[in-house]
Amino acid sequence: MTSLWPQIEPLLAQVVKPARYIGGELGAQQPVHGAGRVSWLLVYPDTYEIGLPNQGLQILYEILNERGDAAAERAYAPWTDMEAQMRAAGVPLFSLESHLPAGEFHVVAFNLSAELTYTNVLNLIDLAGVPVRVADRSSDHPLVVAGGHCAFNPEPLADVVDAFVLGDGEEVVGEINEVVAAWQAAGTGDRSRLLRALSRVPGVYVPWCYEVAYDEGRLVAVTPRFPDTPDRVEKRVVADLGAWPYPRNQLVPLIEVVHDRLNVEVFRGCTRGCRFCQAGMITRPVRERPAEQVADMVRDGLARTGYDEVALTSLSTADFSGIEHTVAQIVDDPRSNGQVSVSLPSLRVDAFTVGLAAEIQKVRRTGLTFAPEGGTWRMRRVINKLIREEDLYSAVESAFSQGWRRVKLYFLIGLPTETDEDVLGIVEMARTCVDIGRRYHRGVTVTASVGGFVPKPHTPFQWFGQDTAEELRRKVVLLRDAASRVRGLTLRWHDPKASVAEGIVSRGDRRIGAVVEHVWRAGGTFQEWSEHFDLSLWENALAACGLDVHDVVHRDRTEGETLPWDHLSAGLHRDFLWQDWVDALAEAPVEDCRWTPCYDCGACTGIGVEHVVASAAAPAGGSQGTGQDLSTGGAVPVRFLETPPVAVP
Amino acid sequence: MSTAVDSTADGRPVGTAVGSTAGGHTVSTAEDSTADGRPVGTAVGSTAGPAGPNPSTMVRVRARFAKLGKVRWTSHRDVARMWERALRRAGLPVAYSGGFSPHPLLSFGLALPTGCESTAEYVDVVLDPDRSRTGGDTWWTADPGEEPEDWATRMAAGFPAHLTPLLPGGVDVIAARSVTAGTPSLQQAVTSCTWRIDVPGDPAPLVVAVETALAAGSLLVSRERKGRTEVDDLRPSLLAMRVVPDAAAERATLTVETATRPRGVRPAEIASVLGASFGTACRTHQWIERDGSQEEPVVTRPALGVEMLGCAS
Repeated sequence: MTSLWPQIEPLLAQVVKPARYIGGELGAQQPVHGAGRVSWLLVYPDTYEIGLPNQGLQILYEILNERGDAAAERAYAPWTDMEAQMRAAGVPLFSLESHLPAGEFHVVAFNLSAELTYTNVLNLIDLAGVPVRVADRSSDHPLVVAGGHCAFNPEPLADVVDAFVLGDGEEVVGEINEVVAAWQAAGTGDRSRLLRALSRVPGVYVPWCYEVAYDEGRLVAVTPRFPDTPDRVEKRVVADLGAWPYPRNQLVPLIEVVHDRLNVEVFRGCTRGCRFCQAGMITRPVRERPAEQVADMVRDGLARTGYDEVALTSLSTADFSGIEHTVAQIVDDPRSNGQVSVSLPSLRVDAFTVGLAAEIQKVRRTGLTFAPEGGTWRMRRVINKLIREEDLYSAVESAFSQGWRRVKLYFLIGLPTETDEDVLGIVEMARTCVDIGRRYHRGVTVTASVGGFVPKPHTPFQWFGQDTAEELRRKVVLLRDAASRVRGLTLRWHDPKASVAEGIVSRGDRRIGAVVEHVWRAGGTFQEWSEHFDLSLWENALAACGLDVHDVVHRDRTEGETLPWDHLSAGLHRDFLWQDWVDALAEAPVEDCRWTPCYDCGACTGIGVEHVVASAAAPAGGSQGTGQDLSTGGAVPVRFLETPPVAVP
Repeated sequence: MSTAVDSTADGRPVGTAVGSTAGGHTVSTAEDSTADGRPVGTAVGSTAGPAGPNPSTMVRVRARFAKLGKVRWTSHRDVARMWERALRRAGLPVAYSGGFSPHPLLSFGLALPTGCESTAEYVDVVLDPDRSRTGGDTWWTADPGEEPEDWATRMAAGFPAHLTPLLPGGVDVIAARSVTAGTPSLQQAVTSCTWRIDVPGDPAPLVVAVETALAAGSLLVSRERKGRTEVDDLRPSLLAMRVVPDAAAERATLTVETATRPRGVRPAEIASVLGASFGTACRTHQWIERDGSQEEPVVTRPALGVEMLGCAS
């Protein structure tokens, strides 16, 4: 393999942010390629700034490069200006470490974190000089694999990706490497043998090994084509996060990127049970990293990288056992000279959390963000985000009284059973927050950020018919009119059209693959970016493929209907998800099973893994989203008003 | 990630994906506050917030560094951030500004255009002698009884060996010296710089273009700035130009000395004035004028190998 750098460098003077393409980050490896090593190109299908911080990609990069039989490099999507230069000059997609052509790697592996990047996946495969369809590849072409949260409904990319990984990649990446190495050593060059061997690796889904049947325009079955292909692919779970202290050498980029700081994952999984949240469902059970290991990773990471900020990442970091102690250790470390700040993404909504934030943001008190998600208590019971109004208001009061001037609130609209009263409740909550702030400061701002809900696979809301763009737009107008009368309140919202495009892919079956390809061929790359997003591309593609947007996106699914991901398991029982959907419609909540008895969702029992939580009791303060009043004894559930069950559509 | 497509209350689209997915993430670097030439730190001193360090007890180290190879594609701001991280990795007791958003007191000289190389970049680093014994047993720990000035001299001497390994490949610290309080900032002091530019192609037209340019009374260039077209005369900033042709190799080396006032000149602008297409440009010197003669902000003897570092040109 020969470096393309001499052909790449002349292009750099013609493009914005040329340092996206040079590599050279602290922590970047210089892997040795050659006989006996499977070469991997790990690709994030969005720009360098978005992709570089991705922890999943960095973890696999290190694990593979520690092996004697593998070598891994990285690539990101070149921005449109660079792509044009590359195509004009005949330069293919290249790796950043050695600037090698992507098509010469043995494995090209994509991280799938967002559905709207799928057209970029096709574009990058094409830019690598590799046929975009599995069926058109030969033994000379790389194996194309993909993992990440979106792999839990892989069907829209089933004709494009050779093999998907479901769940945690730490262990299975090595198993895949061994299968590829053995196939290479056998020297048959028969690609179908490789695919069949991969389909036998637990957690690996090879779409080519499955046949799809439709009846009257509906998917009715996805069945194995071979006797040794599993009927159902179970996700992989790393039982002990403490055994995987990665990344050990987090990459430090030369240019600014998102989340430009040290990131230390403190736990994986979440059992809060928010019904809209795919991440919380598919990453169960909760596995905490030992506190001493967190402390070590923070201390070593700061010293190695020179960052002055560390994020303790998880889906709800305030729930980490002993979070106060962990934070205090970092802030009070004399080596940091008081200049290290800690950020806690996904703040819980309560005063305890604000107290924690006050501990760590002694100087830079700019803004705090909370996510009540629903505007009324009724709505929040439907989605099982059990934040009481007093939780939010005491959190906000605590924030304003301790010097913060800006509070940002995240909400969803287009949720199941939502009424206009629920929508307008968003403005009511925000207005109350502004009023609370005014008692402390004159110039407070409250920003309500509103996203259109897109139902996701493997969640209780997977059966729900998504709101149309028109309906979301109508609700936005309702909000805008109400918000315009509140001084100090800023309303932001996502483009409802983008929610529709995301909806097309999120729950699409294999037929959506043709739609994605159509959009890509019409020039629709970087659909995550407002300046490139174009819903008409998607509408035209649906029409060209004979599919109806109502059927794909806006239709309620029925209990008996075959869902495109029914042959894939995130551990959750289908029965549990359906019951949770019925409970949602009845406004009945479910508790956090970390601290209350198991309700057998399937995540632990099916896989033989348990929660790894250091503290047996829920952390102090507020109702913790459990619906329990923890200040009065802890274990007494809040009583909910009886609501008659709603007929399920 | 789905926040990329976002709108505000008045329906305007908000930013691009980086702006919105970053969750309002912004980074301020020393460059922000040195843009007007004032030393960093005083710029925020007047606002409320925790007080900054006492300037009279601080010492300053002025370092000269190179930027060569792939790293030349990073921006001036990127280089500032590389330095901040390298200094933190070294654990050096860098002084911080006061205010609500404290930042390390670094001050860079003239910005180097992205894509250009240099063997003459400079940074002033303010160090706090009060913390010179906080690191335990390190190279920068002050000896008992060591005077701040002596400590600063020793720090400067240690910069090349200790900081180069902590900076990205291609960013090499060449030399450093301590400067006394009251020394004008790099932005104020530097009046001109020298460029060495590789020009591929037949040297003959370049020789003619350089002669014509030097004979001209004015050299007007226009550029778009904030939606307006501005016309500037480059001639006053072009102090000297010299071509060394290499006809056999079909290329020439152009050496240009440019003034920083009335405004700096970028190699790309010189290329457009000469109608030439440049290869890599390398800044080889920055000059301070003192008592009618030129000197460099950090004097380096040839023996230190500055010339041997070699730009690509």
